[in-house]
Amino acid sequence: MSAATKAIEAGHIWTFPGGIHPPERKDRSNSTPIEVLPLAKQFIVPIKQHSGPVGDLLVAVGDNVKAGQPLTQVGINNALPVHAPTSGTVSAIGPGRIAHPSGLTDTVITIDADGNDEFYSFAPLADYTSLSRAELLDRIRQAGVAGLGGAGFPTAQKLALQRPLDYLIINGVECEPYISADDRLMREHAQTIIDGTEILLHIAGCEKALIAIEANKPEAIAAFEALLPNYPQLALRVVPTKYPSGGEKQLIQLLTGRQVPSRGLPIDVGLVMQNVGTAYAVAQAVLNGKPLIERVVTVTGDNIAKPGNYWVRIGTTVAELLNQCGFEPVADSKQEQRVIMGGPMMGFTLPDLDVPVVKITNCILVPSNQELAPAAEEMNCIRCGACADVCPAQLLPQQMQWLAKAKDYDGLEQQNLFDCIECGACAYVCPSEIPLVHYYRKAKAEIRNIAREKAKAEVARERFEARQERLEREKQERLERHRKAAEARKKAQAEAVAQGGDNPQDAVQAAIARAKARKAAQAAAAAKQNQEGDDE
Amino acid sequence: MTFKIAASPHTHQRRTTQQVMRWVYLALIPGVLVQTYFFGFGVYIQLALALFTAWVAEGLCMRMRGRPIGHAWQDHTAIVTAVLLAVSIPALAPWWIIVMGTAFAIVVVKHVYGGVGQNLFNPAMAGYVLLLVSFPVQMTSWPIPAELAQIQVSITDTLNLIFTGFTSAGYNLEQLRMGIDGMTMATPLDSLRNDLNHQLTLTEALNKPIFGDIAGIGWAWVNFAFLAGGLVLIKQKIISWHIPGGMLVGLLVPAAIYWLFNPDQAITPMLHLLSGATMLGAFFIATDPVTAATSNKGRWVFGLLVGFIVFAIRTWGGYPDAVAFAVLLANMCVPVIDRYTQPIAYGHGGRS
Repeated sequence: MSAATKAIEAGHIWTFPGGIHPPERKDRSNSTPIEVLPLAKQFIVPIKQHSGPVGDLLVAVGDNVKAGQPLTQVGINNALPVHAPTSGTVSAIGPGRIAHPSGLTDTVITIDADGNDEFYSFAPLADYTSLSRAELLDRIRQAGVAGLGGAGFPTAQKLALQRPLDYLIINGVECEPYISADDRLMREHAQTIIDGTEILLHIAGCEKALIAIEANKPEAIAAFEALLPNYPQLALRVVPTKYPSGGEKQLIQLLTGRQVPSRGLPIDVGLVMQNVGTAYAVAQAVLNGKPLIERVVTVTGDNIAKPGNYWVRIGTTVAELLNQCGFEPVADSKQEQRVIMGGPMMGFTLPDLDVPVVKITNCILVPSNQELAPAAEEMNCIRCGACADVCPAQLLPQQMQWLAKAKDYDGLEQQNLFDCIECGACAYVCPSEIPLVHYYRKAKAEIRNIAREKAKAEVARERFEARQERLEREKQERLERHRKAAEARKKAQAEAVAQGGDNPQDAVQAAIARAKARKAAQAAAAAKQNQEGDDE
Repeated sequence: MTFKIAASPHTHQRRTTQQVMRWVYLALIPGVLVQTYFFGFGVYIQLALALFTAWVAEGLCMRMRGRPIGHAWQDHTAIVTAVLLAVSIPALAPWWIIVMGTAFAIVVVKHVYGGVGQNLFNPAMAGYVLLLVSFPVQMTSWPIPAELAQIQVSITDTLNLIFTGFTSAGYNLEQLRMGIDGMTMATPLDSLRNDLNHQLTLTEALNKPIFGDIAGIGWAWVNFAFLAGGLVLIKQKIISWHIPGGMLVGLLVPAAIYWLFNPDQAITPMLHLLSGATMLGAFFIATDPVTAATSNKGRWVFGLLVGFIVFAIRTWGGYPDAVAFAVLLANMCVPVIDRYTQPIAYGHGGRS
């Protein structure tokens, strides 16, 4: 065992550079148990809620569905299904606004609830070890489980990577301020999370899992400490409270001292990470056959009368959720009111509330302008370097800001723009209130666009050249064919003459001679006429 | 129903540029007080002149550039420039010295380059160097510490001196700078350099009233006061320790080595540390973020470079003190320093 592995086993916690300590404000939502809210009348289920292609539709308008019934099917390239959140009728399938920073639309399935909340039949599984790895992966896929931590990466796809694995890391850090969904889930459902972790270990063929929790969640830590003695293959790791210690790359650095190579994956350094919510969903999927149709969502902020955590069915609109939690927009402040999906550091604002909660929605934050003051006017950068001091990726944010403003994309690549995890720590500390992350996102999009355009132009050029080549080749072939045909004809003639037959050339010569004679006769006649005219 | 759209993060640590700058000039107060104690009320008049000039120059420049004037006044960077220049020049220098220097610093060094954040050179130090090379006599005529002076100077006299060149009793600055022995008194560094250049030994050179016990009467205390203010800035995380640390190490180590090999002909390390603008330079001038290197490693290198240049100019150069030149020379090297001290980003083979 190497020294590094020994240190990991001994529970050594490394550190990562930078990081910030914004006000946590988790106590507003984490003191009460997760509540179940009355079902909504209507649900909007986007068919794409994970990263990857979408599955084919299984239902049509007018169909009756039950809770948990698949609405789309598992497809190639890890297309995941979505499921009906409750029983009711499919009333529409078509484009609708989805939860996206740019307010994009996508295909959504609208379900009018019948109020009975009848469940589809699920097949529980007594002993998951009786199934093969592929069968278990399929079970997870069929349940539509995608990473609940943020990116919505299909869980089965992560587990299907057949590579040597040192550790499975279960991420219960939840470093983003305000959010306590994972915290409450860990306090109340530690056993299910452990069950899910065991299944994940079994599928991944991995020996050991590290469960990471931030030090500011003593109750969650206690819940796991009480259970973990029975599970020697699981180990608890308490990480210091610092944002963004829950970022995948940062947590890997904290627990193992390793760094995921630039543009690589955790599996490149022998690790796989899953969120605690995902572990819970995996347990539900494998043990109970229950698909992912609900999740814990933190609803919090000064303008929420009943802040707390709620079991929310996927597809519930934000408007409905906020209604039930007592959203009180301050009068005449609608233009100033922000509704944030996600946390204050990495969440995005919603232009309107008709968008649904999806698999990756962990928080709806409705702050007053006192608790989270709106951004002040951007001032000039004074190169103070506060941003570089807090950057967990060891980048130089202010240099990147100059380059982004100057549209120097080569310079940005040199500054490793794409290693930016957009955690927002730089913008948080910037004394000039420069929206740094915003500039980086724009530059990243621009660079991706340029790369796409370039690839497109390259393809077009190749196709053009291929076409030119083909045309040239066909021309040559045609000429060759003609040449050969002419040769064959000449040869045939020559043979015919040699065998004493008519030479076609003779006929041609005769015709030419006839034509010449006729022309000469005509010319002579004309000359004669002219002469006669002159004589008169 | 439409809600407000904003880019993440939606929360912000409320430390603005204005607050950063305010900390800087508040931390200068101990130094200013001590300087006033030893060198008289002239310091305040220089401060007032510098602040007024900076305020007018900043406003005019913003107006000519078609930018909101309020912005520039609000960020308080001009205040810091004005204060730094005011405490750097002799307290009884004629009024047009500070006005010219401040105006040059704000108009040419700052705004011509594009305003706050865009200047290559530290404005206060560029202003100082302009004055030093143009008006060497006025710029090196430091009043002698009050306890060594023959004639005590009142507030009225100070005003008269600065604006007319003579006190009401008709003394001029040269006469006021006479010591008890009737000799014009130079600053410790100035005096030492002259004497060492005239083949005196260090012991002989230090045998002058100006040196007092530690490192020059008045000057040592002024340096202590700036050191105290600087430590507050580090404690408050307004500046990082890398630049001051680098500069003091960069000055002290070569100075100590040179002094060990040359004990009779070199300025003592203590004198290097506690005289001239050493502490002011280390904590307040070299730390100007705009013109310094950006990464911590870069700041180290930058500080070391400033310190070494200070040592080199004090030892072999033509000027008694060197902080301004050192800072400007190091400013020129910043792009190169930044280029070679870029930290290894996460996932690029660095060790954690």
